[in-house]
Order: sequence, then structure tokens, then C-alpha cells
Amino acid sequence: MEKKLPKIEIIEKYCKGCHICVEFCPKDVLEMKGFYASVKNLEACIKCMQCELRCPDFAIKVITE
Amino acid sequence: MAFDYDKYLRPGKLPHIWCPGCGHGIVMKGLIRAMDTLNLKKEETAVVSGIGCASRLPGYIDCCTLHTAHGRAAAFATGVKMAKPEMNVILVGGDGDGTAIGGNHFIHACRRNINMTYIIMNNYIYGMTGGQFSPCTPTGAKASTTPYGNPDPGFDIAKLAIGAGATFVARGTAFHANQIDKLIAEAIQHKGFSVVEILDDCPTTYGRRNKYKSVIEMMNRLKDVAVPVKAAEKMTAEQLQGKVLTGVLYKDETKPEYTAEYAKVIERATAAK
Repeated sequence: MEKKLPKIEIIEKYCKGCHICVEFCPKDVLEMKGFYASVKNLEACIKCMQCELRCPDFAIKVITE
Repeated sequence: MAFDYDKYLRPGKLPHIWCPGCGHGIVMKGLIRAMDTLNLKKEETAVVSGIGCASRLPGYIDCCTLHTAHGRAAAFATGVKMAKPEMNVILVGGDGDGTAIGGNHFIHACRRNINMTYIIMNNYIYGMTGGQFSPCTPTGAKASTTPYGNPDPGFDIAKLAIGAGATFVARGTAFHANQIDKLIAEAIQHKGFSVVEILDDCPTTYGRRNKYKSVIEMMNRLKDVAVPVKAAEKMTAEQLQGKVLTGVLYKDETKPEYTAEYAKVIERATAAK
């Protein structure tokens, strides 16, 4: 069965570049691209939602079905 | 599915004023999730705050909100609760606002056991006014007013609240984001004065003066010092040295609640006429 990938939405207007989401992602899905966080390796995402929970700026949404 | 925070946020207010990496945003998200779990109605919920970084929180939440004088959140909130006992009253504030300038209001709200929830975001410093030391700044830590190290011992907010008579006391950290909403929800449901202390980070005024290289280092510190109450039962005093207990620390459901007691006073006074 094919793994259903989530959609990780990063709202750059809200992101303050604090690195929290990048550092505490257990699967190294995110990276910093310039000032903002961005998705590096979506295939590795296990939908643990840690980035969404810990983002202090309401800038990440992990959309699963 | 991603949680829809917009439902409880005032439109057009984001991005908020907090610095990059400040844990107050994480606590606000926890509060919103708790409000959603309990299905609190916006018109029946009042979020009250004093002055400070953490006290800016009611500006973003879409419900009845009050932004009051420094340290006086508990006093204004008591007024709201007395006038409308059916309202869910939630107080938010920082450690300086709650335990120094509003220390007196805080302990007396605890003593009265009035049915409100106080969320104290403890970042060990006065952030907004320029990093002065607060009563929660640990001994030896540097602040703008203690450049050679703070000689005072810090308050333990949870113990202070228990000692003053609060009937529900819990502690969480900004790192353990998943736990925040559960603690807040339990606190709101409790009939009596409940205090939730959330250990927070202030990278701008505390972190850079105290040799924390980054937000991540501050978050890792929170991760390291926190020990859940149940895990602590199996640990020795030596192992618990320098650790902070998290979870529900105290709960007492037997103590009478203030608005109910006051209603009885009103009844007696009307009957005596």
C-alpha cells in the first residue's frame, strides 16, 4: 500500500525563523532555507505533528487526511 | 488533520509580537486547544491579563478579554467572576506580573479559592521592560539589574500557590507542548482556584545574558529539567537534584468555592432584612 503523504504548509508571513521545528523534528523533514523553515524531505514525515505543536508562531500546518 | 487555531483567534492579529523562539506562542496554542476540547463558548469565557509579554495574549484570542493594570489581573478577574459566576474566567500572565507586582493579588485569589484558572508563564525574567530580575530568577542568574548574578533565591510558584490555598496546581513546560492543553483543560474543569505554571524560555532578555547560545539550548534545558510526577516517585532525592516536577502537583476538591460561599452570604443577608 502506498504511504499517504501529508501536506506541510509553512506560512512565511508568520515564520520568525526560530529553528524549533527544524531541530525537534524526529525525522529531519524540515530545514532552514534562508530566514524561513521549509520542507526538505516530505517522504520521511511520520505525521507526529511535533512541528505544528511546537511552532510558537502558528506558522506550520501539517495537513493529513 | 491540522488543528484549526483560527477559530479562536482574532482575524488579522498574527504575526504576534513575541520574539522568535519565545514559548508564549506555544502556551497560547495550548490554551486554544484546551478551550476547544472543553467547547468553551466565546461569550462565556473571559481571558484576563495584567501587563507584560505574556499578558499580551488576550489581544489575540477571540473571546471576552480584559487587559488590565500591572499585576492586577487577579483583582479584575475576581470582579468578573463575582458579577458573573457562570463565566469561565482564565487569567494569563508572566512570573513578574503574577508573583512580584501582583504577588499579593495572586496569594489572596489562591486563599479565597475562587473558581478561576491562572496560567503563569514563568520565563524567569521581566522580558518586556528590558530584562530586570523577577522573583523567579534563579540564584546566580544574570539580568539587566543583576549583572554580577542574582543573590536572591527564586520563588517556586507551584509551592507558593499550594501554600496560599489554591486547590489545583499543575506545572508544564513550553517544550512539552502536548501536555499543556491537557493541564489547562483539567484546571478549567476544576471547581476552585487553579494554577498552571508553564516553564518558558525568554531567548532575548534571559537567554543571551545567561550563556544560552540559542532557543534550542533553552528548549533542551526545559526538556532536561522536567520530570513527570509519576516518574519522580521512583527516583531518589539525589537524582531529583536540580529537577522540576511536572504534571498535576496538587488537587483538593473538598475546599468550598468562593462564589458559592458568597451566594450563601447574600441569601443570609436578604433573609435577615
